[in-house]
Amino acid sequence: MHLPRRIPLVALLSLAAALALPATSQAQAPGWAKVRVGVEGNYPPFSKMGADGKLAGFDIDIALALCAQMKADCTLVQQEWDGMMPALNAKKFDMIVASMTITDERKKAAEFSDPYYSVPSRFIAKAGAFKDHTAAAFKGKKIIVLRNSPRAKYVAEQYKDAEVLLVAKETDIYLELAAGRGDIGFGSSVVSGDAFLKKPEGKGFAQVGAAINLDGGSGVGIAFRKGDDALRDKVNAALKAVRADGRYKKLADSYFDFDVTPN
Amino acid sequence: MFHGYLPAILGGLWVTLGVAALSLSTACVFGLLGAVAKLSPSRAARWTAEVYTTLIRGLPELVLMLMIFYGGQIALNQLADAQGWGYIDVPPLAAGVLTIGFIFGAYLTETFRGAILAVPRGQIEAAQAYGLSRGQVLRRILLPQMVRHAIPGFANNWLVMVKATALVSIIGLDDMVHRANMAAAATREPFTFFVAIAVIYLMITTVSIALLSRLEKRFSLGVKAVSF
Amino acid sequence: MIDWTVIAGSLPEFAKGLKVCLILLVISVATGFVLSVPLAVARVSARPWLSRPVWVFTYVFRGTPLLVQLFVVYYGFAQFPALRDSVLWPLLREAWFCAWLTFSLNTTAYTTEIFAGALRATPSGEVEAARAYGLDGFKLYRRILLPSALRRALPQYSNEVVGMMHATAIASTVTLVDVTRVARDVYANHLLPTEAFGTAAVIYFALTFTMVGGFKLLERRYLRHLRTERNTTPSTPASATAAPARVA
Repeated sequence: MHLPRRIPLVALLSLAAALALPATSQAQAPGWAKVRVGVEGNYPPFSKMGADGKLAGFDIDIALALCAQMKADCTLVQQEWDGMMPALNAKKFDMIVASMTITDERKKAAEFSDPYYSVPSRFIAKAGAFKDHTAAAFKGKKIIVLRNSPRAKYVAEQYKDAEVLLVAKETDIYLELAAGRGDIGFGSSVVSGDAFLKKPEGKGFAQVGAAINLDGGSGVGIAFRKGDDALRDKVNAALKAVRADGRYKKLADSYFDFDVTPN
Repeated sequence: MFHGYLPAILGGLWVTLGVAALSLSTACVFGLLGAVAKLSPSRAARWTAEVYTTLIRGLPELVLMLMIFYGGQIALNQLADAQGWGYIDVPPLAAGVLTIGFIFGAYLTETFRGAILAVPRGQIEAAQAYGLSRGQVLRRILLPQMVRHAIPGFANNWLVMVKATALVSIIGLDDMVHRANMAAAATREPFTFFVAIAVIYLMITTVSIALLSRLEKRFSLGVKAVSF
Repeated sequence: MIDWTVIAGSLPEFAKGLKVCLILLVISVATGFVLSVPLAVARVSARPWLSRPVWVFTYVFRGTPLLVQLFVVYYGFAQFPALRDSVLWPLLREAWFCAWLTFSLNTTAYTTEIFAGALRATPSGEVEAARAYGLDGFKLYRRILLPSALRRALPQYSNEVVGMMHATAIASTVTLVDVTRVARDVYANHLLPTEAFGTAAVIYFALTFTMVGGFKLLERRYLRHLRTERNTTPSTPASATAAPARVA
């Protein structure tokens, strides 16, 4: 009866193997020569995953430009939006470059760099379904928006008579909208174009009313763990440099035909 | 029909099977330790094992998985900081295997405990009369005979565990469910891909049941069945 | 150490999540119970055209993960324009309906097998005595077989219901805001895993113990005949608790 004797040994070996799998130890040099950058990969055109599995987009280009300026060796780490802050906190990466809007609430949990772009938000619905985006027009309707975001807060405050469907990532807004599980989607004015309106499934949908600038437009910034002031200062300095010598404008112009510099 | 995503799905199948197999091994370790602890004369050991099984049976597997994934990484970070090691990454695979193994270890504790109790006491007494140590009794007398009694519960746990591995996709593991999600999003055909992986899970279940019943027959050789 | 203000502030959200969890649990289990009884009778029938289809149903739903079943219904059904234009769509597009449908079918499958097993375990003497009295068909089931089987099934069924309560956490993956989703939100917003998941854990524990306690009371009443002087609780076979009835 060989089998029973081998089972505990096999079990122990497998457990050891499972534990040994990770163990990539990275001691952080105090000068931040090596930096891991968390990106989403699902927020076109700012962040997307190509068919070849490579990450690309405005966020990625900005991150790489800043790293080049800081002369730091950067690794991009892909992370689902839902777990972005927890992953930063768990040290899976050192900074988040994923179009994260700077809000007072988020500032309680993380440090932010200066804003690196700002675009308005807009409502998307079936073409002609709504004349404008007043609270009266949306009364009783279902608005789809990203959970735990400033846009969700805006909708909750301004559209008290509407139902709200919260989703875990921005592209899900358009998934649910296309499936008819909501009447209006509220998202980034740029992403709603690239991820939805410009695609076949977005046919028949259009913007409702004018674009909206939330909260005085504090823009999106790069997030750091609380206490990593040194890294934040380095990144801010790099951001200033990249904006000063025109590299930022060149990048932005290659993606957008309007001005995205934060005010 | 699958728009070229079939290889990706099958790749995910390997991950799913791997997670299930590794989790089973981990669960066996936890289960044996738990069973021995529950039958131990030491009250502290019995109490610890009782807390372990009660904790697991009182919480949803998804919540346990999230707790261990997030809490575990942070705890490891604190330990690593205190010891001066660098950052040690716990990838979703390890987190998933440890979590599922830990969870099903609690259920296997009951299975193994029942199986150990099913071995006739006279065998253990005879072994002790021969002067075998506790470890030797466990290894040479108990375990070989206990396997036969443990197989039904073991089989049940394996079947439930294979399906539980689907939850690991929620903490980011690139398994079959995750691949199906990606394929569904890219092709806008979620029904096709989710039904496809459902069929694959069903095949795993079927093959598992067939193999496990053969295993049970093999271990029951020479055991006279009761006849009325 | 523990930030109680965060916990206190999140309690209203947790209460809402608990409501969602309980409502989903109650409507799914109720549907499952009602459907399982006739299906179990069909499952143990000698006529293959009755028992085979039920076997296929239980095999498929017990052999695939609940998460995948939920994704097929929630994401998959939206793929078909025929369904989107049908009269069912206003229901089928709602997350709570998809969750109720999936969870009900799932628990029906497990419960059917539990009740079928209990029916098969009916002591043959009971059936013989009943037939001797002239009871047959529907009357036989209603007065003798089903009450007997349901009692026998109680320990395993209680495992199933508790397992179902745990499974409701999976509904959080399709936009339903239950206790697990609230915990993840609290964690994402405050980055305090102990506070967020600890509160959820306490809530689930409380629910589990309440339900187990409730079922023990039911067992005490309906399995009274199995009590002896030595043990006041009916003996449950080790296999009833040796594996989770379900997980996903």
